[in-house]
Formats: sequence, structure tokens, C-alpha cells
Amino acid sequence: MSILHDFEYYNPRNIEEVLQLRAEYRDKTRILAGGTDLVVQMKDNIIAPDVVIDIKGIEAFHEITFDENILFIGACITFSELIESEIIQRYFPLIKEMSLTVASMGIRNRATMIGNICSAVPSADSAPILLVYDADVIVRSASKDRIVPITEWFAGPKKTTLKSDEIVTGIALHFPERKHAGCYERLGRYSGEDLAQAGICILAFDDDQYHVACCAVGPIPKRLYHIEEFLNGKVIDQNVIQEAKQIMLNNIFPISDVRASKEYREHMMGIMLERGLMKAVSRLHGGENA
Amino acid sequence: MHKIKITLNNEKRLVDIEPHEILLDVLREKLGVKSPKCGCDRGDCGSCSVLLNGKSVRSCLILAVEVDGQEIVTVEGISKDGLSKVQESMIDNNAFQCGFCAPGVIISATELLNNNPHPTREEIKEALSGNLCRCTGYLPILEAVENATKEGNNE
Repeated sequence: MSILHDFEYYNPRNIEEVLQLRAEYRDKTRILAGGTDLVVQMKDNIIAPDVVIDIKGIEAFHEITFDENILFIGACITFSELIESEIIQRYFPLIKEMSLTVASMGIRNRATMIGNICSAVPSADSAPILLVYDADVIVRSASKDRIVPITEWFAGPKKTTLKSDEIVTGIALHFPERKHAGCYERLGRYSGEDLAQAGICILAFDDDQYHVACCAVGPIPKRLYHIEEFLNGKVIDQNVIQEAKQIMLNNIFPISDVRASKEYREHMMGIMLERGLMKAVSRLHGGENA
Repeated sequence: MHKIKITLNNEKRLVDIEPHEILLDVLREKLGVKSPKCGCDRGDCGSCSVLLNGKSVRSCLILAVEVDGQEIVTVEGISKDGLSKVQESMIDNNAFQCGFCAPGVIISATELLNNNPHPTREEIKEALSGNLCRCTGYLPILEAVENATKEGNNE
């Protein structure tokens, strides 16, 4: 099946040109990075942009840098590049762990993390990790630059707070100064091409503070602040875990769909919270730098 | 109309395309390379896999216009000077029945062995996890890749 409508294709070499195109054509434009979501949607005629702007020609979008404890991931960095990056392996192994769960090699070689959060499907694997690290989405338009905290990024299923004249240039994550470790638990039917049925990411700090975020169990990926409030200051044991599981049930809103039922998702999120907490705490005490 | 220039299986090729044309269609219909197959047409099955600058990608999810100036290798290129070790091993292990998924599997296996000449069974499974086969139940395919690595000297 082909794409049934015509569009203009631009392949600019500098950001200014992208911003100019966005300012001029607004919601008639779509940004093309890996294309693993965009091309499917164009084939299905769900979206039919007049102008497609391929941003892969912009060098600055292919950077992963780590300066003064801030990790920057450029807009065109693929999941494969994240997996192979020494910076990621050393300082943010959680990002590697998550990236390995995304689809398969052939998709990871092309799909980008920024594209993942711009598509903003409820099951976006990148989201829980970015949420527990309080990542900032770096946004530019021809008239102004702004930084959007990831907690304010997702506006609904497949909706973000990005405006039609803006683009995302990258994501910034702060490396926490306190000792910390985390894990990403993801439920899927099989490895290879499959979206998450449910996902939970936990970041534990050595002063008994916890960050917890989820995906695929509500309209948008989000932090589970009620669970965090309950867990903070506590040492993880079976009583704490059982109580946290109960709090979880009041704070996630999964639906039944082709991939799983609501009940199954609720049940499994409890189990994944338990596994995740045990794993994160064990990694914390094992001295891993995650 | 865009004129794009690609290196396809080590040959320079020029082709006129519209922006909406998909790489898979252009390879098959305009450039005469028939090994990449259209299965699911949405990136799930892996039968359209080709190597783009050495990395396996889904040609059904790429606009042809995106690959201007880049290098593409398909199974035709891999077997240009005779079958590769992994292809030989596929035959020896009777790895395929209908063969529809074979080009995609060979692309993924070739990428894996280029980067990691002696993968573990788990690594082979991971590398091939995006290639669906409906005939064989996968075991002969995994064994074929494994056997290709045992003899060393991967091509």
C-alpha cells in the first residue's frame, strides 16, 4: 500500500529553515525523523500533511552529550544509538534497558526517542524513564525557545503540548547527585514487534526516596505521585509493597483493548510494582550506577 | 519529481521519484530488486528489511526520497559473488519452507554477524525477533544462524 496523497518534501540542513517552514505552514507540516510512526499513519491516511520536513540532515540533532551532569539527547538519536552510546551505558543504563524493549532491531535502527514522545501514544516506552528523571523537553520556534517539563508534555492519547510552529530539538536529563538505581518493567506478549501492555519505571535513591512512573495504563504516561508519597522515607519490605499495590489500583486507569484486559493490566501492574521495587533496591545496594 | 542517487548493491543508481513513494516499492518496481517483500506493510513482519548504510531497516517505512545519497544492500547484493555463509547454512538446515520471510531473515542475520561474529543463542533470537516466519516455527532458522557462526570465518 502506498501513500495516497501528494506532499512537498523538504530536507533542510539548518534549524532556522525548519522553523521557517513550521512558521509558514503550521499544522500542514509534519516532522520526519525515523518515520516508523509517521509513515504508517500517512499510509493509513490518518494524517495527510502538505509538507513533510525531514530533520535528519541537521547535524546538531544527532548529538548525545553529557556536560555538567546534564545529558542531552538530540532529536534524531535512534534507540540503537542510545543502546550503543557509552555515555548512556555509563550514566543512564536505565535508558539502555528500556531501549532494548522497543520493538526490534530493524525498528530501533530508525525510530527515535524524541519521535516516541512526539507520537505520544499511551504505551510510549520512553516516557516512564523520562518522567522519573524529570526530563526537560527542549522546544524551539522561530519566535521563542522554551523548556517543557516532561510532566507537562503529554496532553492526551497521541497529543502533546507542542504547538504547530514549534519543533523539539532534544531532551535534557539531570544526572541525580545522590546515589540512585532504577529499573524498567515492561509487560508484552512477545519480544519483537509489540507495544507495551503495561510499563512501570522506578528510580530509588539511597535516602529512601522513590520516583515511580507508568505507561499504557491510562490516557497518558504519568508519574504516580501518590505511591511516591507513600513510599518516601520507607524501607521496602513486604508490608510496604502490599500497601503500595493498593494505592496503585486507585491511581491507574487502564482500558481493555486488543493487547490486554483492564483487569489483567491492573493485576500485573501490582506485580510489576513489586518486582520493580525489589529490583531497584537490590541494584541500589549492589552499587550499580543506575 | 525528485531525482535521487543511491548506491544499490554496490552500483550507482539514479531514479526519478515522487516524495510519497515508499522505498520498498521503488526498489521492487523501479529498480528491479525483488528480494525485499511486502508482508504487513507497517513495519511489524520484517520481510521488507534491507541494509541502509549497514543497518537493517524496514523499507516499507521509509520514503525513497529520504535515502538520497545513501547505500542500500539487499540479498541480491549479499549473494553477488556466491552465497554467503549464513545463506549456505540456511539451505543446509532446511531453514525455510515458503521462503517469503527468507530475505528479511538473511538481512537481519547478516547485520548481526557483521557486528557480532559469534553471537549467543539469545543474541540470535533478539536480532531475529522482528522477522516473522509462519512456516517453520523458527527453530531451523535459529539453528542455521548458529551453525553458520560455529564454522567461523563469516562472510
